[in-house]
This record gives sequence, structure tokens and C-alpha cells, in this order.
Amino acid sequence: MEDAITIYVEQDNGERVPVEAPTDMGLSVMEILKASEYDIPAICGGMAICATCHVEVLESGELPEPSDDEAFMLESLPHATETSRLSCQLRVTPELDGLVVRLMPEA
Amino acid sequence: MENIKTDICIVGAGPVGLFAVFEAGLLKMHCHVVDALPAVGGQLTEIYPKKPIYDIPGYPEVLAGDLVKNLQKQIEPFHPTFTLGERVENLDKQEDGSFIVTTVAGTKIACKAVVIAGGLGSFEPRKPAIENLEDYEGKGVTYMVLDPEKYRDKRVVLAGGGDSALDWTIFLADVCKELTLVHRGTTFRGAPESAEKVAALAEEGKVNLMLKSNVTEVFGEDKLEAVNVHLESVVHHKVETDYFIPLFGLVPKLGPIDNWGLELEKNAIVVNTVDYSTNIPGVYAIGDINTYPGKLKLILCGFHEAALMAQSAYNIVYPDKKYVLKYTTVNGIQEI
Repeated sequence: MEDAITIYVEQDNGERVPVEAPTDMGLSVMEILKASEYDIPAICGGMAICATCHVEVLESGELPEPSDDEAFMLESLPHATETSRLSCQLRVTPELDGLVVRLMPEA
Repeated sequence: MENIKTDICIVGAGPVGLFAVFEAGLLKMHCHVVDALPAVGGQLTEIYPKKPIYDIPGYPEVLAGDLVKNLQKQIEPFHPTFTLGERVENLDKQEDGSFIVTTVAGTKIACKAVVIAGGLGSFEPRKPAIENLEDYEGKGVTYMVLDPEKYRDKRVVLAGGGDSALDWTIFLADVCKELTLVHRGTTFRGAPESAEKVAALAEEGKVNLMLKSNVTEVFGEDKLEAVNVHLESVVHHKVETDYFIPLFGLVPKLGPIDNWGLELEKNAIVVNTVDYSTNIPGVYAIGDINTYPGKLKLILCGFHEAALMAQSAYNIVYPDKKYVLKYTTVNGIQEI
């Protein structure tokens, strides 16, 4: 597919399952994961206020820095790691090609 | 404690709950609205009052806060009553098919129909994943500092890195006998002056500051006696304590509605799209809190759901009358 990238989701058994993501629709990684039937609640719908779309980034190129809202939320989470992100705040852009994430337990 | 009698009890004072008052009012049904938050508007008031919304029909752009104000004005003729700042707890169906909704403060609302317009749910403390943690709730583990005096001359372990963890550390430093703050990171993002104060308190020995650490276990016979803290997941420290207070912010949850016997799917209430009724006759769910094939979590969809709910609830509130669709352009608004 033109204008699409591949994102990988690491499963519990270590397998990295690819997900194709269009870059021309202004979607977030959270929306792509939801559309691919991954079971993330994303209750707030993308406003960085619930952290129920929390992922750990395992591999990536340069990612945009978290906004203040996202950083504050990550800071307050009990299970966040150094590379935690809210997937609702990651826009699907060509730079994200090859991103590997792991879904974190529901907040 | 207050006793209220109404036709429809609406749970949730967000935009959809407010508009439900309008649709019910057109059909001469009185409404009482309950919300856990102290102000009406739900997310629009609480989270993004200054954000513009672009997909409300007829408004090219409207600030969330203004939409709430306009909805309040729109429902004025129907004189809804409100219980704000009280979360609903129980739903009891009476023998005659009516309901009593009870809030956490004991307010009872007797009504003929219940409309749940709860949006994201209510905001509950986020609990860290620690085994047996819930067994100690009320026995030394709590998620909110309600009365600081309770901790005077006691040993307290706080966990978290946000503003509330910093603020309470500063406040409790002079109250507790022994105070420990456990934080996963090495820095604090909260207000810089608060972070500096906490660092100073740690230097004075008034706070035992444990950075790069997590509480991983809780112990005690009948009540909490100690917690285990892991430093960088390697070193273990056992900290003896009377209280453990994790402060990890709030997360929206269904809350007590979860126990009302409603059919749920992924934290949303399953409804019949004919009238947005739930599996309990007389109980409806509209707006972001419901789910059905094709559901879109949009305010405008919630408005539509409110209109269909109202015509169905009319048959419950006025079982002897026949529903007739009336246009506001023909009939105007009749105050009730």
C-alpha cells in the first residue's frame, strides 16, 4: 500500500505481529491498534487523560517528544518505563515505519 | 439525606444528559440529574472547556464550555433538578416497576425510568498492580488523603510522582512520625518549587525519599504492617508502616454501575437501538457509555439517542397516553 507503514506489536510470546498503517489519514497509533482489534480500552478517545492506551516502545527511530499533557500522565503511571508512550499521542507518520510496541496492562 | 421524586432520573450531567432533559421536557416528563462531579457539563466542563468543537450541527465552531451553557439555557423551561458532587451507588427496582436510585451520600431519587448518560464513567483512583493490595483497603491502604489528621504521628508510605504525591509529601512531612515517598523515576515533573521542597525535606531527614523505586509487596496480619520496595527492581527494602497511600492519579471507570446487572461489553452498556433501552426494562443508556453495532462516540449521536429514548420512556411515564411527535416549530416550548 502506498502511503502506509508497518508497525509491529510484540505479543506475550515474543512474536512481533505486523500491522499496516496508512500515513495519510491523520490517525494515531491507538486508533490503528483499535482498528486492528487489539484490546485497548482507550476510554478517553485520545485526549491523553486516561492512559488506557499505554504502550512501551521497544524499537523505533526518532520519535516526537511527548507533549506536557502526555509526559505528566506518563509520570503518574505506576507501571511506566523509560520508553512508555500513550499510543493516542503518536501520530502515524512515515518516520514511525518499523515501530515496535508492547501493550501495557490496562491502567 | 434528601428524598426526591421525579419522572426520569438521569445519571450524568454531560451534554447528552442535559439534552435528554430537553427531549423529555418536550414530552412533559420531569427530570432529576445526578453527577459525581460538582458542576454540570461532564468532560466538556472538567477536561476541555476551552476547546472548540466543530461537529455540532448548526455551530461551525463552539467552545465546549459554551455548548454546556447553551444546553443549560435550552433546558431551563423544563426546570430540571440536580444532585451534583454525588456519585450514584445503587439502583433498586420497586414492585410497581419504578426505581429508587441512591447516591453515595444517601440521597434517594424515586423515578419511573432511569437514563444512564454516564460518558466515560466516574473518575476513580488508579491502583498499582500489587498482589493482595485490595485486601488491605481500609486496613492501611487508601488512595486519597481525605483527613490528614488521621496520619498524625503515624508511619506513612506514599507512592507516585505527580503533583498530588509532591503536595501531600510536603503537607504530611510535619504531621507523620515517619514519611516515605516512593517514586519510580529520578525527577519530578510537577511544579518545580514542590519538587525542590521535597528534595529539601529529604535532606533534612524529614522525608525518606526512595527514587527509582517501586512498592511491590504489602504485608500484615490483620492490617498493613509493612511494604516491600524494590530499588531498580534489584534491591529490596522492607519498610514498616501503618499506611500505604498510592497516588497515581485518576482513571475513568464505570464504577458502581458495573454492579447494576446491566449487560456490558468492554466497559460499555449494551443497548437496543430501537430506543436505547438496556436489558433492564425502564433503564436506558445514551451517549458515550453505551455500545451497539456501529456505535460512534460523538455528542451528536448522543443527542439523537436522547430523542429516541424519550419517546420510549414516555410510554413508561404515561402508560395511558399515546405518544405523538410534536414539532417545536409548530408547538413552541411549553414550560413544565
